[in-house]
Amino acid sequence: MDIKKGIAVSPGIAIAKSLIIDSEDYRIPKRSVEPSQRMSEIQRTRNAFRAAIDELTRLQAGREATEQRKIKDIFAVHLRFLHDRSLRKEITDLIHSESVTAEYAVAATLREIAAHFTRVKDVYISERAADIYDIERRLLRHLLGRRREDVNHLTELVVVVARELSPTQTAGFDKEFVKGLAADAGGRTSHAAIVARSLGIPAVVALEDLTETIRGGDTVIIDGNRGIVIVNPDDETLRQYQEYSLDFLKLEHKLDAIRAKPAVTRDGVKITLLGNIEFPDEAEQVLQKGGEGIGLYRTEFLYLNSPVEPTEEKHYQAYAQTISVFKNRPVIIRTLDLGADKYTQSKRFVPEPNPFLGLRSIRFCLQNLTLFKTQLRAILRASVLGKVKMMFPLITNLQELMQTKMILHDVMEDLHEESVAYNKDTQIGIMIETPSAALMGSTLARDCDFFSIGTNDLTQYTLAVDRGNEQVSTLYSSVDPAVLRLIRTVIQDAQKAQIDVHICGEMASEPEYIMLLLGMGVRTISLAPPMIPEVKQVIRSVTMEDCNGLARKILGMNSERQIASYLRDATRKILSEAF
Amino acid sequence: MQAEEDTLERLVCEATVEIKNTDGLHMRPAMQFVDVASQFDCDISVSNEQTTVDGKSIMQMSMLAAAYGSKLKIKAEGADARKAIDALSRLVQERKFDEPGPGQ
Repeated sequence: MDIKKGIAVSPGIAIAKSLIIDSEDYRIPKRSVEPSQRMSEIQRTRNAFRAAIDELTRLQAGREATEQRKIKDIFAVHLRFLHDRSLRKEITDLIHSESVTAEYAVAATLREIAAHFTRVKDVYISERAADIYDIERRLLRHLLGRRREDVNHLTELVVVVARELSPTQTAGFDKEFVKGLAADAGGRTSHAAIVARSLGIPAVVALEDLTETIRGGDTVIIDGNRGIVIVNPDDETLRQYQEYSLDFLKLEHKLDAIRAKPAVTRDGVKITLLGNIEFPDEAEQVLQKGGEGIGLYRTEFLYLNSPVEPTEEKHYQAYAQTISVFKNRPVIIRTLDLGADKYTQSKRFVPEPNPFLGLRSIRFCLQNLTLFKTQLRAILRASVLGKVKMMFPLITNLQELMQTKMILHDVMEDLHEESVAYNKDTQIGIMIETPSAALMGSTLARDCDFFSIGTNDLTQYTLAVDRGNEQVSTLYSSVDPAVLRLIRTVIQDAQKAQIDVHICGEMASEPEYIMLLLGMGVRTISLAPPMIPEVKQVIRSVTMEDCNGLARKILGMNSERQIASYLRDATRKILSEAF
Repeated sequence: MQAEEDTLERLVCEATVEIKNTDGLHMRPAMQFVDVASQFDCDISVSNEQTTVDGKSIMQMSMLAAAYGSKLKIKAEGADARKAIDALSRLVQERKFDEPGPGQ
C-alpha cells in the first residue's frame, strides 16, 4: 500500500482501478512479447510505416494552395523521416534485442530521438522534436488501430492517472466511467482541476511521481477532500474509505434536496446563481444542481480539441446544443480566451517570453480577425435560439472595447446583408480581470451591458503572483485587501451606471467568501456546478443585513490573514447551524 | 583534399568540406544532402569532431547541426565512391546548398 500526498482540487472519494495515460493520449498496452512473436511485431512495424507513408503521401497530394504549402512542407519532412532507413532499423533492432511490442519500440525509439533533437542548439532542428512526436502518434495510431485502449471507449469504472492532463485529453473523457483524476503535475487551477470540478469527480494533483509508482490496473483511492491518493490499499483502509465515501454521498444528497429551492437570503434578497461550463454536455449538470443559466461558457475547447480551426458551423452547433437545454434562461458565451498555451504559441508565432502579459484572449482575436469574426458570426446566429449574451475577456481599456464593438458591428452588417437572422439586441459584457479595467470601471460601464469580474486573473495581475507557481502561490488570495478594494470599486461603478455585475472565478465557489460578496453588492454569481448547492445553502442561511455588516468590517481590515480567518469563523457559524 | 584507396574492389574516397552557407546545416540542407547521397550505391558517412553519422539518414544528418564555417569529413565506400564525393563536395562548397553565403 502506497500513500501519496498532493493538492486536493476537487472534492469527493473515488475507489476504482487506475487507467494510466501517456501525455500523447495513447496507453501503450504491453511491453513484452514472447521471443517467438518478435518477427510478427517487426512485421507490424513495417506495416505501420507503410500505412503512415501512404497516408502522408495522400495528405500531401491534396494540398496545392500556397497557404497550405507550409503544411505540405511539414508532411514532406515527416515523409523523409519515415523513409529514413536508420530509424526503422533502430526500432526493429529494439524489438529483436528486448522482445518488446512494436508500440513500445516505436514510442521508446522516437522519444529518445526527440530528446536528442531538443538538446541541439540550432532552433530549426530542436523544433523538429515536435515533428518526431507527431510521427510517433501517427505510427501508434496505425499500430493500435481498433485495439486502441483510450479514454474515449471505456468499459469499466476507472480513475485516470497521468503526468498532466491537457484539455484535448479531458475533452474525450467518457464521464460515465471516469470516476476520479490524479496527476503528477498541476495546481489548484490547472486544467485537470477545473475539469474534475465541472464533472463533479474527485481530483488530486501535484503528486510528483505517482505515474512512476503505479501500474495500470492497480486499485486506487482518490481522496479529493484531503488531497491523498492511496495505491493498492489494504483491506482495513479500503473498508474505512468505503464508509467515508458513503457518508460523503449522504451529505451531497442533502445538498441536492435544495436544488428546487430558490437562492434567497433569509430577509428576502434574491441572488442569481449561474453555472460555469466548458462543454455543451455540462449544461444539464447546471440545471441538475439548481443553476438558473450559464454565467460563463468557455469556448476554448473548440479550438483545443481539433487539429484545425473550428468552422463557424462547429461553433454554432456547440452553442445551439447548450442553448437548447436552457431555452429562455441566460447563456453567456465568452469569446476565445486562449494564451500562453500550445494553440497561440504554435509554430506560426515566435514563442512569447511572457505569455501571461502577451498576445492572448481579446488581443489575439483582434489580431486574427478571420478567426474572431467566425466565432462572432456563430454566436450571433445562435442568439435567436434563446437568451444569449456575449462576453469579451481581458478588456484592458476603452479603445479595445470600442474596437471589438466595431468588429461586432461589421459582422452584424454582414449577416444582415446575407439575410441571416440574429438578435440585434444581444447584450454585450466584458470581463474585468485586470487592474486597469477595474480602475476604469466607470468609463467602461458606459459602453457595455454588464460586467463579469474574473477574480482569478484579477487577483494574479493585482498581486503580481503566478497562482501556478508553488513557490509563491501562498501570496495568492482573492480576499487580499487590495483585490477586495478593486472588486468593490467595480461593483460600485456598475451600480452607478445601472448595469449588472457578476462574479465568476473561483472566489464565487468558496462558501467562505459568499457573505462578503453579497455584502459588497453582488447579486449574481457564476460558479462550477458541483458547488452550486452548497453556495445556495449559505445564501439561504444568511440575512443581507448581516452580510452588509460583515463586508463593512472586512473592508476596514488590512491584513489578508485577518480577513481570511474572520470569514472562516463567520461561515462556520452559519454552516453549522444550517447543517 | 581527397584521398583514394583501392582496397580489393572497395573504392574508398574521403573529402573534408567546409560549410559555406550562412545558416549552416539546418533541416533543408540536411534533407538535400541526404537526397544527393541516396542517389549513390556506396556507403556514405559524415563526421564532425565528436561523431560520425550515416550520410543517407535524415535523422542522423540533422543531428550534426553543423554551423557556418565548420568542417565535416565525408567518407564514401563503394564502386561509385568517387562520384559521390564529387557530387557532395560540390553541393556543400560550390553550390552552398543553394543558399546565400555571408554578405549575400
